[in-house]
Amino acid sequence: MTIIETTADVPAPRGDRQHEGPLLEVRDLHVEFHTRDGVTKAVNGVNYSVSAGETLAVLGESGSGKSVTAQAVMGILDMPPGRIPKGEILFRGQDMLRMSAEERRALRGRKIAMIFQDALSSLNPVLSVGYQLGEMFRVHEGLSKKEAKAKAIELMDKVKIPAAAARVGDYPHQFSGGMRQRIMIAMALALEPDLIIADEPTTALDVTVQAQVMDLLAELQAEYNMGLILITHDLGVVADVADRIAVMYAGRIVETAPVHELYQRPAHPYTRGLLDSIPRLDQKGEELYAIKGLPPNLTRIPTGCAFNPRCPKAGDVCRTDVPALHQVTEQDGTELPGRGSACHFWKETIHG
Amino acid sequence: MAELSKNDEALVDSPDRTGVQPPAAEAKPAGTAGAPVDRGEPILRVRNLVKHFPMTQGILFKKKIGAVKAVDGVSFDLHQGETLGIVGESGCGKSTVAKLLMSLETATSGEVFYKGQDITRLSGRALKAVRRNIQMVFQDPYTSLNPRMTVGDIIGEPFDIHPEVAPKGDRSRRVQELLDVVGLNPEYINRYPHQFSGGQRQRIGIARGLALNPEIIVCDEPVSALDVSVQAQVINLMGKLQDEFDLSYVFIAHDLSIVRHISDRVGVMYLGRMAEIGTDTQIYDHPTHPYTQALLSAVPVPDPESREVRERIILSGDVPSPANPPSGCSFRTRCWKAEDKCATEVPLLAVPERFAGRDTPAAHESACHFAEEKDVVHAA
Repeated sequence: MTIIETTADVPAPRGDRQHEGPLLEVRDLHVEFHTRDGVTKAVNGVNYSVSAGETLAVLGESGSGKSVTAQAVMGILDMPPGRIPKGEILFRGQDMLRMSAEERRALRGRKIAMIFQDALSSLNPVLSVGYQLGEMFRVHEGLSKKEAKAKAIELMDKVKIPAAAARVGDYPHQFSGGMRQRIMIAMALALEPDLIIADEPTTALDVTVQAQVMDLLAELQAEYNMGLILITHDLGVVADVADRIAVMYAGRIVETAPVHELYQRPAHPYTRGLLDSIPRLDQKGEELYAIKGLPPNLTRIPTGCAFNPRCPKAGDVCRTDVPALHQVTEQDGTELPGRGSACHFWKETIHG
Repeated sequence: MAELSKNDEALVDSPDRTGVQPPAAEAKPAGTAGAPVDRGEPILRVRNLVKHFPMTQGILFKKKIGAVKAVDGVSFDLHQGETLGIVGESGCGKSTVAKLLMSLETATSGEVFYKGQDITRLSGRALKAVRRNIQMVFQDPYTSLNPRMTVGDIIGEPFDIHPEVAPKGDRSRRVQELLDVVGLNPEYINRYPHQFSGGQRQRIGIARGLALNPEIIVCDEPVSALDVSVQAQVINLMGKLQDEFDLSYVFIAHDLSIVRHISDRVGVMYLGRMAEIGTDTQIYDHPTHPYTQALLSAVPVPDPESREVRERIILSGDVPSPANPPSGCSFRTRCWKAEDKCATEVPLLAVPERFAGRDTPAAHESACHFAEEKDVVHAA
């Protein structure tokens, strides 16, 4: 598999702020789950990277491996049944998969934090939100309970929760969905991490609240110059906030591109299919374009390109050879920076 | 597929029906296209529908301390072969409306006329006869199918309740036909729900809804649990079935672009009331209610080019509790246009005066004192 991002091979000084290149780099990551029904290959060679201040959107349907990749990066994968047979996860040049549990623990929360989808089930219902927010400071920085509470109020102010000082002792069920998601964001921000992974942060929210939360996230990202990995299936949210997009299918990245170019000229039939299946004004009342078939079962991924049974362009080569992530070029051969497509027929897809 | 015709005859013959049969059943329009205004008598007329859930205190001596006003005076019409989309945020009462239409909840007040007959007052056999013609497709294909029943039993269960639709010996053939209609292999009749994917399960739910040849199908978020690529398949199927069987849909969803694609008319709900209702073009291109404008502007548009140019109206705060809605206009607490009048007078759902009688797409019903057209970049 070709690595598109040409940022690699800098054996960076340990934990150095001046580390050049991306904040996080995932290289050829594989994750599998050993179940009774066989081995589920959830992630099959994922490469991506994020720099400070940048937003990478990982787009994919359920079962595409986007959340599992994020969990592997955070080190919160259930192992067993999960296993990482291959791959590297470099944070500022250090491979996190080779660190001891203690070293990873020090990074988690302080350097890399995560925002989960379902705030109600991610917060502990029997502890006040102030206590849960303060936990970050008590555990990582050894603050006293009183100091931690003051910090918690500060954080709640930061994410614009009204009357923070009065509500710090409230429990999660006393907050609305949007407010709970703000608390999740506050918790992730507590120690001002360098990188935030947001796993479907607004999927459970209504559109008007989703707009508020995405705005807040973008504002805070700019303020702290954080890297953000946004995991989502919503093509609308991605178009609004992402800098770069990685589209995943059956545990692989099938296309990477800067946001504008992906929507203008997709170079992979799956991406094209996704974009075409959005209802458009001029097709009102007509049949929507639908990608036929279903996403594959991850215990039995089709040979060759995993998308071949559903692909309108599939040829014989697609059923036998796994396509590498090809560098996408203009018709005259000039390279399009940051663009890659894992399709044997990418030329036809983008230019024809 | 002769069996899947309308059951008008069966209805007229049914002995327990009172004589209030309007001529609507015969006045079936030829095609499905065309303006819904010219369709004559609507198949479903909803008037001032109200549902308050009591809030009680105490265990033995329950004391009523208030009411959650889930639906607070909703009126609309549904015509034969038409799709009415209902959009709104969670808690606005759209699912309660669905349950009231199905008579799964008893309305506190208000009427639902199905072909001129008020179904909120029906019970027993009369209700059973009406229910045959109004069926439902549920949101979650994982919990709405019994995991211990085979697909054949699930789709065939409506025939146990309404044996007149399919004689016993004929049932498995009918179930296989239905599976075929929704695009599933008829040989799957003995499989269990867990053997199907989400999209396939939703097809099973649709087949169950179709089993009794209903005229109206109430769809409560039928595609929101599905993946993008599968959503399109299910939406296409629903459109195809509508043309084939001249179905009327009440399509409840929060995804505005899908609602626009499938609906002839759209109603926007906020806190148990209809904020604005009109044809899809009137609502999406010429919204006059500030809530509709905010809702449309907040929808992320799948086009990065619009990122910078799009004007977004970000509402502050959350939806107020329906147990204690604001006085006057319920939207006033989040509205940028709110004035004193909004706190005292409840705006009625009517064509705003300034547009009344004028031939403009903005002349549609909107419940706002200061209704005015605003060009928001809409959900395409």
